[in-house]
Amino acid sequence: MNAAATPDVSNTSDVVAARYQPEGPTVIDCDVNKIFYGEFLAVRDSVVPFEKNKITAFIGPSGCGKSTVLRSLNRMNDLIPVFRFEGSVMYHGQDIYANSVDPVVVRRYIGMVFQQPNPFSMSIYDNVAFGLRLNKFKGDYDAKVQTALERAALWKEVKDKLKNSGLSLSGGQQQRLCIARAIATEPDVLLMDEPCSALDPIATRQVEDLMLELRQRFTVGLVTHNMQQATRVGDTTAFFSVDISKRGRTGYLVEMGPTAQVFEDPKQDLTKEYVRGEFS
Amino acid sequence: MPNNPFTQAGSSSTITRPPSGAERTGDTVFRGIAYACAGLIVLLVIAILWQLGREAAPAMAEHGLGFWYGTTWDVNKEQFGVLPEIWGTLYSSLLALLLGGIFGIAIAIFLTQDFIHHRLAVVFRTIVELLAAIPSVVYGLWGIYVLIPLIRPAADWLHEQLGWFPLFGTSMSGPGLAPAALVLAIMILPTVAAISVDAFRRIPYKVKEAAYGMGTTKWEAILKVMLPTASSGILAALVLGFGRALGETMALAMLIGNANQISWSLFAPANTLASLLASNFPEAGAVEVQALMYAALVLLLITFIVNVVGLAVQQYTMRKFEGKQ
Repeated sequence: MNAAATPDVSNTSDVVAARYQPEGPTVIDCDVNKIFYGEFLAVRDSVVPFEKNKITAFIGPSGCGKSTVLRSLNRMNDLIPVFRFEGSVMYHGQDIYANSVDPVVVRRYIGMVFQQPNPFSMSIYDNVAFGLRLNKFKGDYDAKVQTALERAALWKEVKDKLKNSGLSLSGGQQQRLCIARAIATEPDVLLMDEPCSALDPIATRQVEDLMLELRQRFTVGLVTHNMQQATRVGDTTAFFSVDISKRGRTGYLVEMGPTAQVFEDPKQDLTKEYVRGEFS
Repeated sequence: MPNNPFTQAGSSSTITRPPSGAERTGDTVFRGIAYACAGLIVLLVIAILWQLGREAAPAMAEHGLGFWYGTTWDVNKEQFGVLPEIWGTLYSSLLALLLGGIFGIAIAIFLTQDFIHHRLAVVFRTIVELLAAIPSVVYGLWGIYVLIPLIRPAADWLHEQLGWFPLFGTSMSGPGLAPAALVLAIMILPTVAAISVDAFRRIPYKVKEAAYGMGTTKWEAILKVMLPTASSGILAALVLGFGRALGETMALAMLIGNANQISWSLFAPANTLASLLASNFPEAGAVEVQALMYAALVLLLITFIVNVVGLAVQQYTMRKFEGKQ
């Protein structure tokens, strides 16, 4: 972060973004009040609605909490013992942080693709069939595996070596395998946490094309470090920044709106500076 | 000064310079030492094999392959066969591997998969590893004075109720396969547990995330993802544990009963190659020593085969699951 941005950031400790009212129906209404890691306040006051069959992109500088918010949406952060969430995430009318909700069930409906490709050490076929077996699917596994791999734009490359280990593939192929694994069970929402950050430009292009395909069936949440990626695939963009005025570094939502508006006509000065590339 | 073709690249204030002659010598010396040590190990193995082979040669000429399947060990008749010992060695080691393997892997899962606080896990791990520090003879004594009386009621009951079943076919008279295998299982437990713990620890966090991200419960994550991912490391643990069980001598010599017989019964006394060597060497005459050397060679060969097969299986799983060539 360079000096130009610092004055803006230093007096934002109480700024709360204007609430974005989407036009279409929403699938997830995320209302973060506070997210803590132990004593550390990681994210505050961020309201993010996810519209059905749209890609909601999160952008922002490092440490702004965009991944933290995304991972809160399927309770992945529960793996971290000191994590604490205050607020609500309404999903089909149910708060997924309610006491009665089992995080395991949440994760079965809200799938996730991670920053680093992380296929299991088993065959390509077994990787894709993993979720099917987990959900005790009764039916044609071969067809489901093929469909998932086709949707992930990987089928042609692996159809003759489904028995090979998933780890024998290249990085880009592994990431598409992870996407196939996540979509094989046809979850309702797909969260993607910087899915292209470990990929080369060609693989990135393939995964981006894939996201646009997937949007027709799923609702997608995307964290990206790459503003161009947000403009290429994001329908809606949420810009997060980091507030260093108080102790610690707390992330918060600065602005959210249709991608074109956020990039071409940002309402906030901080957003303007960020999308112009003045800090990152 | 070593040849430096880039002297012109340096400015008056540059700090960069090529490594000096002494720094290069360090590399060379270290490589030399490493090669020498590696070579020494190979020479040592060859020397042991050659020595054993030389001393066993008369017995090998005398008994030939019959030594492998002969069932009597009679010094007076000069009849030597080690089939009962081979049987006892493999049987007791396999039983120990079964018990020690299950418990060792269970301990590794318990210590690595967030069941207890990691500080407590370190304490437990240290205690398990302390088991490896207990001398073999102490295990033997503990087996004789504690374990055998402890399991005798259960053994008697099993024999009375289920005597038709080959495993419980004989009554327990004292030392035998069951106490020997139990003690062996405890002895290999630290090896299996410690190496399995490392295998689980090596699994990257992203794999755990992937498993939970798919919506697995804790047990589904452990059984369907963590175990297969750690499988090559766990196999290495089992191979090492089995190797240790095959060669274990003192505790077995005290607990197995040193009886030359082949029986399925867990409560019958038996014998192993290592315990045969340990018990018979002190009073052996020249002819018997030759036979014992042959027996040692047999034991060496069995351990060698087990290790090679174990390594092959491990390589296979690595290729299959991890895609490594």
